[in-house]
Amino acid sequence: MGKLELLQTLTGHKGIAWNVSWHPQGQVFASCGEDKMIKLWSKEGQEWTVKTVLVDGHQRTIREVAWSPCGNFLASASFDATTAIWDKKSGQFECNATLEGHENEVKSVAWSPSGQLLATCGRDKSVWVWEVAGEDEYECEAVLNAHNQDVKKVAWHPSLDILASASYDNTVKMYKEDSLDSDWSCIATLQSHESTVWSLAFDKTGERLATCSDDKTVKIWKEYKPDNQEGVIVSDRESVWKCVCTLSGYHTRCVYDITWCHKTGLIATACGDDIIRIFKEADDSDSNAPTFELVCTQLNAHSQDVNCVAWNPAGNEELLSCSDDGEIKIWKFSE
Amino acid sequence: MLSFFSKLSLNSTQKSSVELAKPAFMDKSASLQELGYKDDNELRETIYDFLRTIRDPEKPSTLEDLKVVYEDGIFVKEPTADKVPVLRVEYNPTVPHCSLATLIGLCIRIKILRSLHHPIKLDVFIKKGAHTTEDEINKQINDKERIAAAMENPNLRNLVENCIAEEE
Repeated sequence: MGKLELLQTLTGHKGIAWNVSWHPQGQVFASCGEDKMIKLWSKEGQEWTVKTVLVDGHQRTIREVAWSPCGNFLASASFDATTAIWDKKSGQFECNATLEGHENEVKSVAWSPSGQLLATCGRDKSVWVWEVAGEDEYECEAVLNAHNQDVKKVAWHPSLDILASASYDNTVKMYKEDSLDSDWSCIATLQSHESTVWSLAFDKTGERLATCSDDKTVKIWKEYKPDNQEGVIVSDRESVWKCVCTLSGYHTRCVYDITWCHKTGLIATACGDDIIRIFKEADDSDSNAPTFELVCTQLNAHSQDVNCVAWNPAGNEELLSCSDDGEIKIWKFSE
Repeated sequence: MLSFFSKLSLNSTQKSSVELAKPAFMDKSASLQELGYKDDNELRETIYDFLRTIRDPEKPSTLEDLKVVYEDGIFVKEPTADKVPVLRVEYNPTVPHCSLATLIGLCIRIKILRSLHHPIKLDVFIKKGAHTTEDEINKQINDKERIAAAMENPNLRNLVENCIAEEE
């Protein structure tokens, strides 16, 4: 059995703390929430402290923040219908671009692995793909209307320009650009959850995806490429994604977030029962029907719903979490 | 039907709205008795007291007068692993196509969360068979992100505040 040791509790935000995001090097992280603020945190000696507070970027709740792969840009998605891009070219963090287009709440934002593309999604049921067109310039590449309800979360494949989105319509969709006509389109629909899919995370290969839902389950999906050895039939030479594992009976309320460490392979979940759970793939796991074991249940992780969990990308088994109670916690996992 | 899909209006000149009251939370692992309730029944009665005075959005009556809320519609469920009480509240819209059913659900949720001074997990549902689009409404009023966004919409928030304001 593993153990989560609490390293520090930070008074993060007034009201709900919605999201925390590690800088790619894992020395800094950003947080955001209902108080319309973004806070940047780093370590001073042994203590994490707030270094910068970004205000006045948004007029309503900031739902999510995301660092660009180069670590020089921070994107923030807000209920005020805009996405702001922050950088410190001038020496300190400033908002130098605002992406407008969604009709109402923007719920998620994510940078592609190259840092050349950005995806956003929101309550208007659409997913937008933006291209970095120059200094402080972003152009809309595509508006994807594949979902028929709110889109809760977007995430990119770890190495390819393939985008996944999770929705209130209970499905997950994937998209890519057609190399011939450079049109973006939906290439897969992942259907199995019985309620809103709140979040998703690829593994390090990008050939597996973990999703979490209001149906209180976590699902693991596997990509079957054209001409796969298993003989899974694909059509139009596009990969098929199959649900190969459902983790049910563990979570007792909605599962709001999931993070899959690309270094350790550990999966952590944030749940509406205030608990953080950690799952590890069994040593003898079969890739077509994998087995994941619950290795840690952190009771009372927060005093209210846990909204977000994020493994440190450095692979040092540090985990960030934040909650409706406004707090941010830093944990260290050990087996 | 009134929904959370109303157009976003940011340049509202409305005075900065009242802070969402955040109760000072007591220790989570407290039992119902430690929270000050004799038993499940007393928690139900306390919740019902919060709900009965909510005003209907368009009629000059309370939800109790209209039998939209009723004591038997409040269920104390198995607490979470952290011993947080889990409550299910059912309500009965006056007519099956009631256009304000979503707003009423929102009022019930906000009134309870503001009035209680300890953590709680709350599920709000329309009484089974009581509304033509109950599944849709149930999903919406139990999605906390939609609730949070709705309460940042000045018009919707005003409607809720008016319905749940205590009589002087």
